[in-house]
Amino acid sequence: MEETLRNLLEEAKKELSSAENLKTLEEIRVKYLGKKGELTKILRGMGNLSHDERPIIGKISNDVREEIEKELTQKREEVLWQEKEKKIKSEYIDITLPGKVHEIGHKHPMTKVLDEIKDIFLGLGFSIAEGPEIELDYYNFEALNTPPDHPARDLQDTFYITKNILLRTQTSPVQVRTMEKSKPPIKVISPGRVYRSDEIDATHSPVFNQIEGLAVDEGITMGDLKGVLNLFAKRLFGSDTKTKFRPHYFPFTEPSAEMDVSCFACGGKGCRVCGYSGWIEILGSGMVHPNVLRMSGIDPEKYSGFAFGMGLDRITMLKYGIDDLRLLYENDLRFIKQF
Amino acid sequence: MLISYSWLKDYVDLSVDAKKLADDLTMSGSKVETVKSYGQEIKNVVIGKIVSLEKHPDALKLQIGIVDVGKEKLQIVTGAQNIKVGDYIPVALHGSTLPGGVKIKRGKLRGVESNGMMCSAKELGLDESLLPEYQRNGIFILPELPLGDDVRDVLELDDVIEFEITPNRPDCLSVVGIAREAAATYRKSYRMPEIKISEVDDKNPATVTIEADDLCFRYVARVIRNAKIGPSPMWMQMRLLKAGIRPINNIVDVTNYVMMELGQPLHAFDLDKVKNRHIVVRRAKEGERLITLDDKERILDKDMLVIADEEKAIGLAGVMGGQNTEITDDTVNILIESANFKGSNIRYTSRKLGLRSEASSRFEKGLDPEITVLACNRAAQLMAELSGGEILEGLVDVYPKPVTEKVLSVRYERINKLLGTNLSCQEMKEILSFLDFGTICDDKNLIVKVPAFRGDVDGEADIAEEIGRMYGYNNIEDTLLKGTQITAGVKTREQKLEDTVKDVFLSCGLNEVITTSFMGMKDLDKINLPDDSYLRNAVKIMNPLGEDQGYMRTTLLPFMLNVVCTNYSRKVSEFKAFEISKVFVPKSLPLEELPDEIKSGIIAMYGHDVDFLTIKGVIEELLDVLNIKNVKYVRSQNPAYHPGRSADVIVGDEKICVFGELNPDVAENYDINKRVYISEVNLELLFKHANDEKVYKPLPRYPAVERDIAVLVDKSTFVADIENVIRKAGGQLVDDVKLFDVYEGENIPEDKKSVAFSIWYRSYDKTLTDEEVSKVHDKIVNRLSEELGAQLR
Ligand SMILES: [Zn+2]
Repeated sequence: MEETLRNLLEEAKKELSSAENLKTLEEIRVKYLGKKGELTKILRGMGNLSHDERPIIGKISNDVREEIEKELTQKREEVLWQEKEKKIKSEYIDITLPGKVHEIGHKHPMTKVLDEIKDIFLGLGFSIAEGPEIELDYYNFEALNTPPDHPARDLQDTFYITKNILLRTQTSPVQVRTMEKSKPPIKVISPGRVYRSDEIDATHSPVFNQIEGLAVDEGITMGDLKGVLNLFAKRLFGSDTKTKFRPHYFPFTEPSAEMDVSCFACGGKGCRVCGYSGWIEILGSGMVHPNVLRMSGIDPEKYSGFAFGMGLDRITMLKYGIDDLRLLYENDLRFIKQF
Repeated sequence: MLISYSWLKDYVDLSVDAKKLADDLTMSGSKVETVKSYGQEIKNVVIGKIVSLEKHPDALKLQIGIVDVGKEKLQIVTGAQNIKVGDYIPVALHGSTLPGGVKIKRGKLRGVESNGMMCSAKELGLDESLLPEYQRNGIFILPELPLGDDVRDVLELDDVIEFEITPNRPDCLSVVGIAREAAATYRKSYRMPEIKISEVDDKNPATVTIEADDLCFRYVARVIRNAKIGPSPMWMQMRLLKAGIRPINNIVDVTNYVMMELGQPLHAFDLDKVKNRHIVVRRAKEGERLITLDDKERILDKDMLVIADEEKAIGLAGVMGGQNTEITDDTVNILIESANFKGSNIRYTSRKLGLRSEASSRFEKGLDPEITVLACNRAAQLMAELSGGEILEGLVDVYPKPVTEKVLSVRYERINKLLGTNLSCQEMKEILSFLDFGTICDDKNLIVKVPAFRGDVDGEADIAEEIGRMYGYNNIEDTLLKGTQITAGVKTREQKLEDTVKDVFLSCGLNEVITTSFMGMKDLDKINLPDDSYLRNAVKIMNPLGEDQGYMRTTLLPFMLNVVCTNYSRKVSEFKAFEISKVFVPKSLPLEELPDEIKSGIIAMYGHDVDFLTIKGVIEELLDVLNIKNVKYVRSQNPAYHPGRSADVIVGDEKICVFGELNPDVAENYDINKRVYISEVNLELLFKHANDEKVYKPLPRYPAVERDIAVLVDKSTFVADIENVIRKAGGQLVDDVKLFDVYEGENIPEDKKSVAFSIWYRSYDKTLTDEEVSKVHDKIVNRLSEELGAQLR
């Protein structure tokens, strides 16, 4: 009987070694270990054994069962692994096929640049203020130290609605509106549309976008103006960017300055983008004129501040190398989708 | 303003080159646009005189000239016809170069030897349009000049600097003004032109009366007798040419020359044409007529200032002289006007008549009345020198209210605080003195005497700017708002919601477009807008660019349709776009207060997989993200939309959105031969209903039971109505309802459709039994049948 058991084990091992799939393995398991399997059949003959032989044969038959089970488990793992391998091999695909895209929309390039600018200034503690595009002459000019017969009015061809109502020519009126309704410390930027009576061409549009900035508090200096705008330029155009402040004139700031940045296209060596000067004019700025502070209800003896303004259209064109302003308002989706 | 470097050097000693000067002046406040180098490329071009001229034997259009160039006489062939024997001309010798790198070599023209070239003004790089005709058509004919001299020297072909002077600094619209800035920039001194007047014994016969002393602050005049009119000398003509001013004659040229030199516009009248030699400065009569020097008749109004004699207007004050007293070749006696007018009035006249001149552009900025005498004397001196005339004794000077000296007391502490500098009073004093400010320091204050030509300087901030720009803005140390209070940069609720809306649109595949704000009434016709629509009450622009851009837009639709049209016509096959912008709705017309500016959104799409449900999906997504519940969709009456394929979105009582297929008529108006889906969203109402508050609801702990239901209903029944009945009848146990099929056609009666839903039943307290579910489900079936006549399939 012992021998029969050993033969059974050998036989089972042999069958197992040639088994190739889970189905065969299961058949082998049923054949040897099942309720009606070979081992059971053999054990049924245990009754004929002597009292002494029983435990011995019992142990042997247990060992055989365990052995077959162990082999079965091992083999099953092996087969499973092979089957997985095989399946994976059969599933190879052409990974260069185009992807299934859920196309998401693209922001207008001006919005992309504006978002970047907003992020920079939000991080510097500036909030975002908005104001009307159809504006009172008072806010657009008078409160900005530009009374009716001021020569600076000549520089801006204004669209009028009535004698006192106009389309704002700059975002600066938001400065005044902000100062009128809040107390220092004030730090805001104000993006928005502005209007000037220019026919549309490659560099002009009667409707365009500006971003205004204003900081008012005790002890703000021209050094602060330079520091903040220099930091801004480095964030927007890259950390190698250099800035240069040139004296200029705006009725509502004194002292006033224009800021140039080193050309980000050529690094300052001179190219077509910068008109071979190495510098690009980016924004106008200055210390808020005491008259403007006073008219907005802020005491210029106690507070000082700086303001700046820049053209979003122009910066967008420079940043992306767009050579015709009209592209920004034409909205060919093949253009928009490039950004 | 254009100034040649050699002219500038008459008043200040400078050793830097023009490029460096341009950079330094730009950084100290006088912005340079360009530097043009006239003589740079010219080599070996000299003055010559034509000794003889004969016809070329073999070419009708050519002439053979013998030209004396000093050390030799050269045979030169030319095609020019404006020359004659005795003319002085520029000659490019063999081996010379001209602007643009042109090289001139000896050669043969139709078999005749030519040893160089006679040059036109254009070939020397000059602007011919400013030259008189005899110098313009062909060779640049010159006055008598030393033969063989280099043209670069005798014509002063040097560097010309173009300045962009800001309107607050009319004093810098002059060579002396720039010399002063250059001197201060380099901390050196400048000099004024030396003026020597030798009057003859006869008394000046002219008199001046200022009737409008609110518009004319000073009138200075002198009389020159026995002048001989002729061309001015070449050096003066060249300086004017380089400044962009047309040379005319020795009298007019002097007035322009002195204006450029000192910044004071002058005018010369033919005194013999001034009635009784009496100048009257008065307001024009309403409708008074005057022919100005440009031969145009001007109709004046009573707010304009004229220079008149006892009978008639003879000049438009500060803008342009009158033809009736113009200097002609026959003029003998001249009155020089050097006056000061009110800037805003000159600006008014100039704008009203559409007539700008070098004079008006200076006067309108407000000039210094103190310089009038100096300018008048300078002009008298030069006219006498150049025309051989005599200066009569006595200067007329009518100056009703002389200006008083402006003295400011500023705190140098405060200036340092504004600039972020640490300058001593002495340092400030030094900077200011180079700019001709008189200064005294005391322990706290800097007492500043403002020079008369600096009308722009009024207070501490102005003085700070003078000090700052000469100290150098770029020498001020950068700081980052040290010592100020910290602020948080925040967006408002509306700004954040606008960002959210944009994000939803973008993630739905819509691309952002930006259009302009001006519309015409035709744009509204094109979108089928009814005649009585309130959107036709648009804000009108008084001075629009054109009729089609005469109003501020009340709707974004025509603009978006133009974008659709552009893309469609350019064969863009898939189109999905949105715009968020303002529309302008007046409270009343004509405008008395500012109109409402309403943030609006618009969507448009076309393409192979785009239909009504695509655009509705975007709207549903938007409402879901903004957490807006209890939304009703009703058929829209909006005439821009397809009546059967459009809906208004109602929240509460308010219509926050309309969407659907574009009305085919409107599509046709825009030549779009495709189904276009659009939606217009009132963002302000959307934001009003947006629900920012989200409260956590526990996840279900018991399973849901799914049952499907398919019913036959009338074709016209809204799916939403069926769903409503299901939800109402099912009550709290209905956890979710989803439409999964709508079918019309085979096996369905013609006026019916089959609609199928999945219903999920769930209790949050226990696992539902089959019986409990069936009870509710049956109730739903009954209710559908009762309310909508639905038959179970
Ligand atoms: Zn560059």
